[in-house]
Amino acid sequence: MKNKRLDLSYTQMKWETVFRRILIFMSVILVLIVIGILITLIIESMPSIKSLGIGYLWGKVWDPVANIYGAYPFLIGTLLTSFIALILSIPFSYAVSIYLGEYNPKGWLSNLLKNSIELIAAVPSIIYGFWGLFVLVPVIRTFEAKIGVAPYGIGIFTASLVLAVMIIPYAASLGITLIRMVPSPLKEGAYALGATRFEVIRSVIMPYTRSGLFAGVLLSLGRALGETMAVTMLIGNTSTLAHTFKDLIFGPSNTMASVIANEFTEADHTVYLSALIELGLVLFFVTVIINLIGKRIITRFTNS
Amino acid sequence: MKVIKSLKVAAVAIAASALSLSASAQDNTLLGAGSTFVYPLFSKIFAEYATKTNVKVNYQSIGSGGGILQLTNKTVDFGGSDAPLNADQAKKIGVPVLHIPMASGAVVVTYNVPGLTTGLNLNGSVLGDIYLGKITTWNDPKIAALNKGTKLPETPIVVIHRSDGSGTSFIFTDFLTKVNPDWAAKVGKASAVNWPAGLGGKGNEGVAGLVKQTPGAIGYNELAYAIQNKMAYADIANKTGKFITPTLESTTASSNVELPANAEVSLTNTDNPKGYPITSFTWALIYKEQKYSDRSADRAKQLLKLLWFNIHDGQKNCAPLNYAPLSKSALKVAEKILKSATYDGKPIL
Amino acid sequence: MDARIGIRNTKSMLFKGLIVFLAFLITIPLIIVLLYIIKQGVTQVNWHFLTHVPAPVGEAGGGISNALIGSFIMVIMSSIIAIPVGMFAGIYLSENPHTKLAYYSGLCVDILQGVPSIVVGIVVYFWIVKPLGTFSALSGSIALSIMMLPIVIRSTEQTLRLLPPSLKEAALSLGVPYHRVIMKVIVPCGFAGILSGIMLSVARIIGETAPLLFTAFGNPYLSTSITKPMESLPHLIFTYATSPYDEWHNLAWGASFILLMFVLVLNIFTKLITRKWNIQL
Repeated sequence: MKNKRLDLSYTQMKWETVFRRILIFMSVILVLIVIGILITLIIESMPSIKSLGIGYLWGKVWDPVANIYGAYPFLIGTLLTSFIALILSIPFSYAVSIYLGEYNPKGWLSNLLKNSIELIAAVPSIIYGFWGLFVLVPVIRTFEAKIGVAPYGIGIFTASLVLAVMIIPYAASLGITLIRMVPSPLKEGAYALGATRFEVIRSVIMPYTRSGLFAGVLLSLGRALGETMAVTMLIGNTSTLAHTFKDLIFGPSNTMASVIANEFTEADHTVYLSALIELGLVLFFVTVIINLIGKRIITRFTNS
Repeated sequence: MKVIKSLKVAAVAIAASALSLSASAQDNTLLGAGSTFVYPLFSKIFAEYATKTNVKVNYQSIGSGGGILQLTNKTVDFGGSDAPLNADQAKKIGVPVLHIPMASGAVVVTYNVPGLTTGLNLNGSVLGDIYLGKITTWNDPKIAALNKGTKLPETPIVVIHRSDGSGTSFIFTDFLTKVNPDWAAKVGKASAVNWPAGLGGKGNEGVAGLVKQTPGAIGYNELAYAIQNKMAYADIANKTGKFITPTLESTTASSNVELPANAEVSLTNTDNPKGYPITSFTWALIYKEQKYSDRSADRAKQLLKLLWFNIHDGQKNCAPLNYAPLSKSALKVAEKILKSATYDGKPIL
Repeated sequence: MDARIGIRNTKSMLFKGLIVFLAFLITIPLIIVLLYIIKQGVTQVNWHFLTHVPAPVGEAGGGISNALIGSFIMVIMSSIIAIPVGMFAGIYLSENPHTKLAYYSGLCVDILQGVPSIVVGIVVYFWIVKPLGTFSALSGSIALSIMMLPIVIRSTEQTLRLLPPSLKEAALSLGVPYHRVIMKVIVPCGFAGILSGIMLSVARIIGETAPLLFTAFGNPYLSTSITKPMESLPHLIFTYATSPYDEWHNLAWGASFILLMFVLVLNIFTKLITRKWNIQL
């Protein structure tokens, strides 16, 4: 009897070690995947790094025929679309955060709104792109004809509009959680001093959650920078930068992600392909850094 | 215990997938990729071929440049391209590649000019200047000179081009390079160039959609597509100065040339007085030596049979889709090229 | 004094009005998109549409069965790859939050969450497609599983952290070995949370197009071989939406409708589970 139990615990101990090893092994795999992604990108973009150097980043011309590769037009295109989208989305994501975090945190209406916002994030980006191409583009074109710019319809502005809607949920859902975390004694104190709802939001809630809301905006930004399909379908795919500001905003352009999607399967010489991968590498670094900063801020916020 | 169970399941899954891996090596699907220009024709021929022989052909229209790249990487059985391999690409592949002509087609200049109903005449130098951004309005004297008696509006020209690497772009820029020295010096020919003006649409749909919806737009599409979408397209002056309407006949006239033995020939800016000048062959590209990686002789044979079908029975699909079928002499050359393909040094057909 | 209070109150009311207005305004684009896709798509869907492959150019009819089955196979395969790795890594993270490995793998989860999907596509092209010499459903599934991982890991980790430590302590004090405590007590207790994480990740990858462009490629025929190119719903939508033919646009609208329904159902289902189990994700 005693022996049997010992045997049992022995095999069980063996399983316990195996189990712990599996846990560790899977976590190591995870780390390896990320390192592998980084190394693959670096190795594959080596030919372009070697032959183009750091000047690649601000080279203004992207000309696969003449073998000239400059990432500047795509950096500008990416930054413009993302920031316009971000600026358009911030009032909305803040409004949603404040409404669902403070004014109406419970009840069916609030649930409905919250679920709809989450649904915005759930709709695949290809569907936004498809819809944008067939429905939004003609609308924008009429609008552009009215304000007197070239009526392209597709371009940075259109892509930003769709992108703005797509990224709202990322900042909003974080904002809701953070605003709900504001300690009620703080708010109650302010109310007791005779503050109105608006004053409480402005002087208590906003200062308290400022860094957290900023982190939410960063997460939205990271999402916007890497978004591929919807932007590819709506941005117009031109590698030359327009000269006037108006043409730049309403005209066609290209982002880093869209140029990769467009040209990756077609890049027929080494440096060309490698230049595209280097774009991917830059994109990787930028989004990862923005995301990590965002996460850091959130961690610090929720821990304090 | 659950862990072991799930591990077992995983192991079984891996084993199963390994099995299907070895089993599927023998399945009858051929894989091709490349030219969007020839896609409508290929999709029709391959659908027919599948019902006839039970061999399925998966052809993805990712652009000619893509087709060449994927052939180089040996990820496809054949590539489709509207441009022969250039020196750079040939060097990268390193082994002989056969160019088998499949058909020829025309690239037409589509436009959307409000109030213009009588048709439009253009020549290479004006077209080049438009795409260089030098001619910016439709009532420009240079355009007016080609269209006497037509009232052209003052609308600004919106230039539209392909955003993706495309054989259609290659044919178009090949033509401009031949007829517009300024274009040759500044831009050149390739499947993806650094467009000096305008905006890009992805694929033919992108270009056509933009042209249709944008007043004042000019673009270029393959003929079949412009016809199907009821788009207006211009008559283009050929070498003799005659304005030629792109039709099946004028395309056929251009493609009726003596092919060199390797079939790599550019048809643009044809000498034929009846020929439409923006015309090109479209080729299927395969390795001359079919024994590479772990290809079976059987697969190589299937591929050759398919291409044989393409240049014979498949040709009847050309005309309804507005591609010019291969001429008799071109067919002879194509047959000869196909017969030169080898497996392990021995001819396949 | 009264007047000032009046102004302050009006300001407060106005602000509330603005917030409510903005908050509900953003549901309008969502509703427009949903209604439009449903309107365009629902008329396309019928039995023929679900059971046939796309027709060649210029022929009416045809369906999306190749994409339906392709998406299904690839989602299952990515789940087979991602769920064990994700769950175990998540368990590790929640069990050993302070080790060095946990720090680095936590960091890697954050990184993975931020990696643009197109970059994953590039990388998997070099990992799988080029060495194997062919585009394949396998490479597509691997790309998708990398996209799944962070969501599965985070949901597992967070759910398990929410469980009271007394649960584990009680089980351990009864002499139950560690692995059985985790697999028979902890994981079942957090099952709903983990499951909803898995479903969310499936809802996310089923609509991913960018990683599939260079991996699973596409296939106009029905294929079940994982070493061959395979069609998927989002890729079919992308190809056919940008194609020149109205018949193909209609296929793409129909496919969008089906894809949207999948995503909606998965999300609603997740909502029901999380509400029943009262989990915050």
